[in-house]
Amino acid sequence: MVDSTQPERFFRDRYGVSSGTLEHALGSALARRADYGDLYFEFRTTSAVALEDGLVKKASKNVSQGVGVRVLAGEKTGYAYSDDVTVASIEQAARTAGHIASDVGGAPAVAVRSGRPARDLYALAAPPGDTSLPQAIALLEAVDREARRYDPRIKNVMASLVVEHKLVMIVTSDGTLVSDVQPLARLSMTCIAEDGGVRQQGTYGGGGRQPFAFFLDGDRHLRFTREAARQAVLNLDAVDAPAGEMTVVLGPGWPGILLHEAVGHGLEGDFNRKGTSAFAKLLGTKVASELCTVVDDGTIPNRRGSLNVDDEGTPTSRTVLIERGVLRGYLQDRLNARLTGMPLTGNGRRESYAHSPMPRMTNTFMLAGESTPEEILRSVDRGIYATSFGGGQVDITSGKFVFSASEAYLIEHGAVTRPVKGATLIGNGPDVLTRISMVGHDLALDEGIGTCGKNGQSVPVGVGLPTIRIDGLTVGGTQA
Amino acid sequence: MSIAAGAPGLRPEELRAALLSILDFATHAGATAADAVLVQHAAFAAGVRLGEIEKLTDAREKRLGLRVFVGERSALAATADLTRGGLARCAEDTVALARVTQPDPAQGLPERAALATEASDLDLYDDVAAVPSPEDAIARARAAEAAALASDPRLTNSEGAEFSQTAATIAYASTLGFDGGYRSSAFHLGVEPVAVSDGRMQRDYWYARARHLARLDDAAEVGRRAGARTVRRLGARRVPTQEAPVVFEAEVAASLLRHLASAVVGQSLYRGTSFLLGRLGEIVASPLVTVVDDGRMPGGHGSRPFDAEGLATRRTTVIEDGRLASYLLDVYSARRLGLASTGNAARAVGDTPSAAPTNLYLAAGTTSPEAIIASVDRGLLVTELIGFGVNAVTGDYSRGAVGLWIEHGEIAYPVEEITIAGNLLEMFRDIDLVGDDLVFRGSVAAPTLKIRRMTIAGS
Repeated sequence: MVDSTQPERFFRDRYGVSSGTLEHALGSALARRADYGDLYFEFRTTSAVALEDGLVKKASKNVSQGVGVRVLAGEKTGYAYSDDVTVASIEQAARTAGHIASDVGGAPAVAVRSGRPARDLYALAAPPGDTSLPQAIALLEAVDREARRYDPRIKNVMASLVVEHKLVMIVTSDGTLVSDVQPLARLSMTCIAEDGGVRQQGTYGGGGRQPFAFFLDGDRHLRFTREAARQAVLNLDAVDAPAGEMTVVLGPGWPGILLHEAVGHGLEGDFNRKGTSAFAKLLGTKVASELCTVVDDGTIPNRRGSLNVDDEGTPTSRTVLIERGVLRGYLQDRLNARLTGMPLTGNGRRESYAHSPMPRMTNTFMLAGESTPEEILRSVDRGIYATSFGGGQVDITSGKFVFSASEAYLIEHGAVTRPVKGATLIGNGPDVLTRISMVGHDLALDEGIGTCGKNGQSVPVGVGLPTIRIDGLTVGGTQA
Repeated sequence: MSIAAGAPGLRPEELRAALLSILDFATHAGATAADAVLVQHAAFAAGVRLGEIEKLTDAREKRLGLRVFVGERSALAATADLTRGGLARCAEDTVALARVTQPDPAQGLPERAALATEASDLDLYDDVAAVPSPEDAIARARAAEAAALASDPRLTNSEGAEFSQTAATIAYASTLGFDGGYRSSAFHLGVEPVAVSDGRMQRDYWYARARHLARLDDAAEVGRRAGARTVRRLGARRVPTQEAPVVFEAEVAASLLRHLASAVVGQSLYRGTSFLLGRLGEIVASPLVTVVDDGRMPGGHGSRPFDAEGLATRRTTVIEDGRLASYLLDVYSARRLGLASTGNAARAVGDTPSAAPTNLYLAAGTTSPEAIIASVDRGLLVTELIGFGVNAVTGDYSRGAVGLWIEHGEIAYPVEEITIAGNLLEMFRDIDLVGDDLVFRGSVAAPTLKIRRMTIAGS
């Protein structure tokens, strides 16, 4: 059993890592002249239960553990990791990582002080990891029944519940030791609808740093299911999407993936230090319409993208990226903040002990405006209204980004008319927010399903958006 | 510069002992059948940016994945704790988990008679992989980046170059008595230069990959290729929305095969999530299209002597002259579809096996890429695709594209911020030219392909 409340004690007891071990390992890591070093211990249990064909026939439990040692010297990073958490392997990894620093010269001794984060954004009385398998099975069976009840054209349902319990301990050469317990739960489902030889799918889900009860609260699991089923059935009647540049209205919540791709990645500190982002050197300039204020906030309780401390031990924060259209800030990790003389923002994140941290987003969203969603839609003569998306991607150097709609409609003469097939929308990051002419008062955060990939590392994130109107974005349909 | 010798990994007999031991524990705990996979790998990577060392990474990992059956019920686990106590606990927990899941008669191990019986050497391992040389790795990354930046004065910045190598041991055993293992290695060199002109930037990328270090492309050649790919994007503009022929460079043509692969793997068929559902034996592509999956290509990036359920890998023709000839199946999906496994089971440690391609390729045609471009009066040569705009159920396709515009059979100017859209079934049927330039740069490969007509959305 994992003692959820005492991660530091857990690591000390399970692996025999004392303060002396940690201080010695940091000493070894910094034996050559380095600027900084840290140790990242991780113990993660992931339980997954999946349903298809009406049966919960798959259950799994995945336990991973490891330690990653990082040494920074100037712009250089040495990184070594091992899944063998012993005093000998920690020392070995520390010496290996330390070779990045080429100058010989002793490091000052490090004295480590223990600490827990000053706040707990996800203190759960019953962590989702405590969920019993019968409870999980009952939940997924209810999902299956609800989808089939929603519409007889739903022919198959695939659903899964994935629950993660992660203990981390971060020890830095600044002498701080911080540990955290990071629960994470996600319920997702895909419904396949079939009618007269036409098949379509709908996908939905959500979660966060939440207990199992979150899914049952107000029958949230059934609401998610109806959304997936509704989308699958709706798309059976979808017509071909138009092609070309037109006015696009994005609905609230998950369409905030626009911000993640169009501006978020381009504002990460590493690309800007290197000058490879289309947003490099634009700090203080206008990159969006005055209606736009965009923030990255890792401190919202229980959100999927939230953390008490980032994966370098820095408390997360709320960072204003764009304020009334003006670019105000970048997202930083230790390496890039130090090299550019910028403040830490608590955005140094990593997928696991096997990866070194990078500047990453947490929960990224636009603040609410004044318009009602109805008046925004009414203002459009011809365009697209997109309310749900699959994934997105960006080329941070050219600034071009895409995101792919999975639920979208035509707007004709101010009215939402027919559903159109999914299409990719493409635009230019430094330019697209300047075309936002209306911002709704209906800010919503997504349900908690986002995973962001960068340089081969995946981390959970959140996005949010009020309804917005973009005057001109290229819609990649087939009807030229 | 030197690097500490890595902690020695477990020897093959120790890996085998761990597998047999966890199968024993599972059987004692009540499992009626079980199988387990163990992957151990050591990796080293060196990253260089603007000539300076940016990052050195040293990795050692081992993971064991267990699948147990209690009658028709099943459960899975993964662990890195290979102590006897750890293995026993993992086996007991997993059997207990299996007892609570719901029965599915299609689940289970393969028929014993189907198992691979002989060991085969597919030339997948290079001894050098286990002994990294940081100096050599840094030198290769530096040479590649330097060659890229030297190839044009507008190449003034860089996301860097990285050389990496991995040595892995894969072992698999089951309660049917199957017990096998093999080693594999991989070397990779990639460069991502940045070009600047008129205040606008472009990046692109090129890479080399091989199972044997001696067969890795020359670093300077990789760099020059990356440089040329980047510079040719400078000054990119949009084109008006229109329908036009689209030529996929070999590197991006492979992405079409990946979409095809996801439509012919067994799980997509029994779940009904494939646009090729129910089309076995039908014409699904142009007669110029033949697609083969071959798990036994010597030195192949996707080759393996046996699959993740112990079946011998083989050569399967997926599409023959445009006709859908076979799906790619693992044991479970084959049972669900009333067919036989094609030896395509793959599994992430700790996950259930599912079907995946091994080395999947679209057979080379007879037209050179130059002749294909020359055949296009007005159209697009796609050199990079971004985004996830593919609906696997319907085949509807819409992705962001970067490329070169073709006018009167010649490259005219670079284009960006456009999408290309169609439907995969129609796109495969509309392939009217197949290049002669098939090169295996990864486990999925295709030559240059021309699609008669797609919708391009732009300005």
